[in-house]
Amino acid sequence: MLRRCLLSGTVLWLTAAAPASAFMAYVSNEKGNTVSVIDTDSWTVTKTIKVGQRPRGIEFSRDGKFVMVAVGDDDTIQVIDAKKQEVVDTLPSGPDPELFTQDAAGKIMYVANENDNTVTVIDLEKRARIGDVQVGVEPEGMTISPDGKILINTSETTNMAHFIDTSTRQIVANVLVDARPRFAEFKHDGSELWVSSEIGGTVSIVDPVKHVVTGKVTFNIPGLRSEAIQPVGIGMTKDDKTAFVALGPANRIAVVDAVNHKVIKYLLVGQRVWHMAFTPDEKYLLVTNGVSNDVSVIDVAAQKVIKTIQVGELPWGVTIAPQ
Amino acid sequence: MVRWLVAAIGLIAMAMPVRATEPIEIGIGYLGRAGVQQTLSLVEQPAENDGIAGARLAVEDNNTTGKFLNQRFNLEEARLKEGEDAAKAATALADRNGFIIADLPPDALLQAADALRDRGTVLLNAGAIDDRLREQDCRANVIHVAPTRSMLADALAQYLVWKQWKRWFLVVGSHEKDKLYADALRRAATRFGAKIVQEKIFEDTGGARRTDSGVTLIQRQMPVFTQQIPAYDVLVAADESEVFASYLPYRTWDPRPVAGSAGLVPTSWDAAQDQWGAVQIQNRFVKLNSRRMTALDMQAWTAARMIGEAASRTNSGDPKKLLAFLKGPDFSVAAFKGTRLTLRDWNLQLRQPILLVDGRMVVSVSPQEGFLHQVSELDTLGVDRPETKCKLQ
Repeated sequence: MLRRCLLSGTVLWLTAAAPASAFMAYVSNEKGNTVSVIDTDSWTVTKTIKVGQRPRGIEFSRDGKFVMVAVGDDDTIQVIDAKKQEVVDTLPSGPDPELFTQDAAGKIMYVANENDNTVTVIDLEKRARIGDVQVGVEPEGMTISPDGKILINTSETTNMAHFIDTSTRQIVANVLVDARPRFAEFKHDGSELWVSSEIGGTVSIVDPVKHVVTGKVTFNIPGLRSEAIQPVGIGMTKDDKTAFVALGPANRIAVVDAVNHKVIKYLLVGQRVWHMAFTPDEKYLLVTNGVSNDVSVIDVAAQKVIKTIQVGELPWGVTIAPQ
Repeated sequence: MVRWLVAAIGLIAMAMPVRATEPIEIGIGYLGRAGVQQTLSLVEQPAENDGIAGARLAVEDNNTTGKFLNQRFNLEEARLKEGEDAAKAATALADRNGFIIADLPPDALLQAADALRDRGTVLLNAGAIDDRLREQDCRANVIHVAPTRSMLADALAQYLVWKQWKRWFLVVGSHEKDKLYADALRRAATRFGAKIVQEKIFEDTGGARRTDSGVTLIQRQMPVFTQQIPAYDVLVAADESEVFASYLPYRTWDPRPVAGSAGLVPTSWDAAQDQWGAVQIQNRFVKLNSRRMTALDMQAWTAARMIGEAASRTNSGDPKKLLAFLKGPDFSVAAFKGTRLTLRDWNLQLRQPILLVDGRMVVSVSPQEGFLHQVSELDTLGVDRPETKCKLQ
């Protein structure tokens, strides 16, 4: 009893002593059916939350109060209360949700449903499905333009980025990219859309006004076959100068000059690196390593891997609380 | 706001001519073989629509993409009747289709290919695994989507060697294709360092594959057939004719695993494959066809998707243009195998990982780690460029 008191006392003291810069990162573990919570001050897993089957896409609500995680094999999105650190609600996502995005106000959520070629539109306040958009085969990557007017969805077997007008929910353009586009990310100034192609092995740079591919980021790692380079997650710094691209089974993160689209260097991380998230102060970038069951921490300014944290089985997505 | 307007006007301008024209029609013929082979296992008995069901799904997928590109794909099915001339059937299909996906025996495939040679029709071989079609009998108008026997044998051999099961007892059926498979397995053993400690022929003496008297007799035959063999690690069976291999697991004299035509089987696809996003296509396939997806279904799906991929990349339905793209350096296709699939330019064989399956699960995927190659690790499977006998013309 005394020991337990002492222990919990220590925990309390630790929590109180943690500096204000500590953030909470939530990592979805695809095989483990859990979400690991990482304290970015101590770089330790402080809690493991049980969730539904096959958690993948994960994102904080805009107000920072909730974490939403797509549990594909349960055909729903679960809502985790960030304070209680437990699942408190579910959203009507449509079948097999994988990735999703929210509008700037945090009122509308758009979900890619891999199984029926649709993007589902959800009203987050009413917790209700309010529309669908028919897209290409196997919708996956989702993002919204900085002005909120255009929703991007990538379809993996159709090999396109679909531009969807968020007011009319109609497709206004389709841009063909390389094989199996998995993730899309705008520059913060809205001047470029980056789309990663896992099987094609490239990142396409798309002009969001003209709807054409204007360039491609290509990767070449000495000693590695080109087939092993499979770009997935993309992270762009707020100044739009540097991008980080996860290269899957190449076990590396490419650091890319976002202005001239050339690779600056490759950072060796864990096995089959998937997705990533910056801390809000942009000091650190956390990346999930699917096969080695860990998360690598990258010092953004130094462009160096500084830490590896063990999480659950097959970590996939990561999100960090906004400030 | 101004930018938005400009974008909107640009869009309308772009959309107008597309709306105004008729879609590009792309015809795909599917030519299937006469009759379906009887299998020993009832659950492995192929469905009537084995193969074509995969092409149907791919055409649906192509059309979903096609609606954004103003392309429309059509599938026309024909099945050879017993004794029917393949050249004639293929020519009839070629009147309406620039592409033909073929599931034909090797000689029939060659007849069809030669009949279509001067028409510019592209044949995609989805069914025949014979190496000779990619070697001495290769044709410039035939793309091979099905893996070869040697690719399947190499995929199995790499895993068995990785597992340190290097002493093989090879049992070969008495039909021609069983012997061809045994040839491929012997070649694989030599390439990857396995040793065949003994070979035995299993004679096909006729008899039904389904009987009411059941397993009693088999249970007595198989242990006797497999006794007095020098020490071995794994029994490898070459029985494409479905005469005996499925009777071997759990019935060998010595307790040994079985591989090849039963037990651990190398294949291009399996209903249990769920890696690399495969659950999506498995679900789509079951929804459309109310059964699970076989290797032949996947080979036909991939063939039709290759046509779709070439059509979307070239923005064309012209078989000549599409064939040039497929043969060119920019072609690759995604087919839920964890890597891009490309064509070997010396014989138009699709490079692909091979699954090793036990009927319930995917046990492994070859090429295995550590089998290296200067161009593509996928070229550690099958006959490589320096050994090829193919002269495309």
